[in-house]
Parts: sequence; structure tokens; C-alpha cells
Amino acid sequence: MSGEPLVRWDWLFAHLGPIADRVGQHIYLAGLAVGIGFAISFVLAAISIRRRRLFPAISVLATGVYTIPSFAVFPVLVVVTGLSTLSVEIPLVLYTLVLFVPNIVAGFDAVPADVLEAADGLGYTSSQRWWQVELPLAVPLVVAGLRLATVSTIGLVTVSAILGDSFGGLGYYILDGYHRTFTTEILVGGLLSIALAALADFGCVLLQRLLTPWAAARNVAR
Amino acid sequence: MTAPAQAGTRAASLEFRDVTKRYSAGPGTPGAVNDLSFEVPAGSICVLVGPSGCGKTTSLKMVNRLIEPSSGQILLDGVDVQTEDVTALRRRIGYVIQQVGLFPHLTIGRNVAVVPSLVGWSNQRQRARTDELLSMVGLDPDRYGDRYPSQLSGGERQRVGVARALAADPLLMLMDEPFAAVDPIVRARLQDEFLRLQRELAKTIVFVTHDIDEAIKMGDLIVVMTEGGRLAQFGPPDEILAHPASPFVAQFVGQDRGLKRLSLRTVADLGVEPLAQPGDLPVLPPATTLRDALSILLAADTRGGLAVDEAGRPRGLVTVDAIASALAADLAGAALT
Repeated sequence: MSGEPLVRWDWLFAHLGPIADRVGQHIYLAGLAVGIGFAISFVLAAISIRRRRLFPAISVLATGVYTIPSFAVFPVLVVVTGLSTLSVEIPLVLYTLVLFVPNIVAGFDAVPADVLEAADGLGYTSSQRWWQVELPLAVPLVVAGLRLATVSTIGLVTVSAILGDSFGGLGYYILDGYHRTFTTEILVGGLLSIALAALADFGCVLLQRLLTPWAAARNVAR
Repeated sequence: MTAPAQAGTRAASLEFRDVTKRYSAGPGTPGAVNDLSFEVPAGSICVLVGPSGCGKTTSLKMVNRLIEPSSGQILLDGVDVQTEDVTALRRRIGYVIQQVGLFPHLTIGRNVAVVPSLVGWSNQRQRARTDELLSMVGLDPDRYGDRYPSQLSGGERQRVGVARALAADPLLMLMDEPFAAVDPIVRARLQDEFLRLQRELAKTIVFVTHDIDEAIKMGDLIVVMTEGGRLAQFGPPDEILAHPASPFVAQFVGQDRGLKRLSLRTVADLGVEPLAQPGDLPVLPPATTLRDALSILLAADTRGGLAVDEAGRPRGLVTVDAIASALAADLAGAALT
């Protein structure tokens, strides 16, 4: 061990192909969870907005799920759904809800009442109002939720490595490196996960800029 | 009172017929309206005024059916608004609110073009109309068209709100305390500009305010409402000031209603006495209100001032007595009729 350098570059260069595959798997597992989580959250948020009394219940449920340790929930699900992508995705999707739902609800709540009144008074139909006024104005907070959920999910994907070699994305290297006391592998898995999360976050910021040019204009001096 | 309708602009007459809106009691419910009837000829500004909770905003919102009446009818050019498609109705009625409600995510140009876009005008026609309207409300389309609402001052935003309401050449404009959110100086300027605009456009306008001075300034007709959504008095401003129908109206218009009546008249309305020697009397241009003229004479500690014409040429002498008797003559006239 003592003679071992911190990073074994030869190992790194010999494994570029598998590392790229793991990055791909990581993005796939995280992307799928965020996508499905977003869709479910949007429905839950829509219900919460229409029926305000359900919002506390939905919130408590989403928060409750989030308190279950991921390290425990992955193996438990294997008993139910077997060693499948489903066992990875179910917890990942559930974890996104607590980040998405409150943000989406807050996004629609943040649409100013006078703007909605003007939209009604000027003759928007309710679907036109939703698509052309409410949704665009909810975007900043919805994207804020997307950033949180994406970064958190990219982190959690690594934990799914405990389900075996065919899962975990870059988490595979962290776990394998740990078992073999091989620092290079741990660093590759850890640093690339962080880089992936940072890139995704940056991507969300770009998306936000693109979707809400008006929000940036606010800070421009008159 | 009814301004001449211009070619290219449209205006509808409006009638409230026994309109009632009941609410089950509770905190935060809007003011109820009780058996309200009045008629507004096409092209006039009708101001609904009264203390808060008197149902004036409720009445306004029943016109474009943001609120539905419990009973009674609201007729636009003789047609009950209840019988029309609500979306189509609203697109034919301009709507301006106190908080403006500009769409923060749309540029000023696109805000103005909202209704033309909803009713399917071509982009080119929308663009031309937007530029025309922004210029009309005193905002340079090239400078303001591509900005966002957050980059404008309160007064500028309110002008955009007016332009947006006018965009599709509405039959009627509803204005709910449109100038209440800006400071008094900007408010006075917006009022003046709007009156100037109205002289060209001759729209039928329903205007809600809680400010009796604004009502007197803006209204061709005033509906004074009282608690419980009842009509206290309906008539032209001068009539309401000269002959308040009840102690409530008299109290609402204020002890200074005589002075307020003077503010409805200008020096141009007054006969002048010949004047041999102008001396150094205060000069009174024709557009000076009698209220201001009186104030000027009192401040200068003189009983008379020099009325001049538009070009500044002397017309003759205006005296404090003449100003005072201007109202007296009207009162006598009103008593005779």
C-alpha cells in the first residue's frame, strides 16, 4: 500500500471505455428518475393546487418518503421487485417528489393575482391562461425544483451500487474501490459524480435563462 | 356630454337594469350590489364612486362577467351580456386594473398585442397597432416595445395597461381605480392624458374610484354608491355638486363642493367686464379653472384679474364677484328647470 501512488493513471487510461459506460448508466438512471419524478410531481402539484386541502397530506407523504434512508430502501425493494432497474428507479423517483412538488406548487402560487385577473378580464380561456400565463410564470420555481432534484438524484444513483455490479453508475467504482482499498477507483467514481452533478446543475441554469429571458431583464438597470 | 364618435372607433351604450348581487356574509367578500339601475350613452365616461365596500368594483366586474349578478340585466348596446359568450364578450371590452396586471414574461409590445393576438390578427397588423397605441399613450415604440414590464416605472406601466385595453378597439372600457397606485403628480398627468385621449377616442368608459375629486374630474356622469351597494345619486358632476340628493351624498362630496363646482368651469366660460387700465393685475389664461382663478385673486389680495385669450391678448376684467355669481346663476337656472 505504501508504495501505491494516489492515482494510478495507467489503470485510468486502461479503463476509459468502461468508465464512459458507467457515466452513461449514471445519466440514464438519474435522467429516468428525474423525468418520471417530474411527471408524477406535476400531477400531484396540480391536484394540490386545485384541492388545497390535499396539499398538506401530499407534502407529509413526500417528506415521509424522503426520511427513509436510501441505503436501506434499495435492498428492501429487491425483495419485492428483484434485482432490476425498477428497484433502483422506485426509490429515486420517490425521493424527487419532495423536491419537485413543493417547488411546482410554489411556482404556480407565485403567479401574481393581478396578472391572473387581467388575463381573465382580457378574455383568455382557462386553458390559454394556463399555457400562456401561469405555466411560463411558474417556470423559475419549477426549474429551481428541477435543479435540486437532479443534483440529489445524481448523488443517490451512486448508492444503488449496493445492488450489485449492474447498477450504481459511477457509484460502482466508489464501492469497488472501497472493497479493494483502491483510491484511484474511489476518486474516479466520486469526482466524476460531482462533475456530473455540477454539469447538470449548470444545464438547468442555462435552461432557466433560455425559458425566462424576462427574469434576467429585471436586474438590468433602467 | 356625449363626445362625437369618430370614424374608426367604436363605442357601445351601457345600461344597468335592476342589477343585484348578493353575497352570503363573511369576511373578505366583495361589496354587494342592490337594485342598481343607470344608463350610460355611448362615448361617455361614467364614474362609479363611493366608500370602500359599496359594491362599485363588484358592479364593474359584472359588466365583463368576472362576477355574475344574482338578478337584473346589464345591456351593452341593448344586448344582455348574459346572453353572450363570456370569452368573446371580454375580448370586446377593455379592462384596466389598479395593479395593472401586465404579463411580466411578455415584452411591452406583446403585452399590448395580447387581445389582437387572441382574436387572431396577423403579426403585421398586431405590430402596427401596438406601435400606434404605444405612441398614443406617449411611449416611444422603438424604445419601449422590447422591454419587459419590470423595467418600467409605475406610471409607464399604467400607460401600457391603458394601451393594452384599447388594443382591439373595444366597445367599452372598464377601469378599476386605474390611477390609484401612482403618486399624485403622476396621477394628475395620467388623468389629463387620458382625458385628452378620450376626446379623440370617444369610448364608453366605466371608471371606478373612491376619490370624489377624481370622479368629478374624469366623469361625464357619476354614479354615487353607498353602503349596501345602493345608488345614492346619478347625474353629471355639476348636478351632484349643486344638488346632492341626500345628506350622505352631501357629506361624501364634501363641504367644499362649491369650490369643486368652480373647478368644473374655466375663465373662458365667464363674461368679462371692460377694462380701461390693465395695471399689474394677475393674468388669467382661458384654461384656468374658476377655482384656481379665485385662489390666484385671493392670494394676490385683489378683487379682479386680467382675463387673456390663448395668445395672451387682454380680454377684460374678471372679478371675485363674477366668479361667485357664476355659480349663483347656475343655481337659479337649475331651480327654474
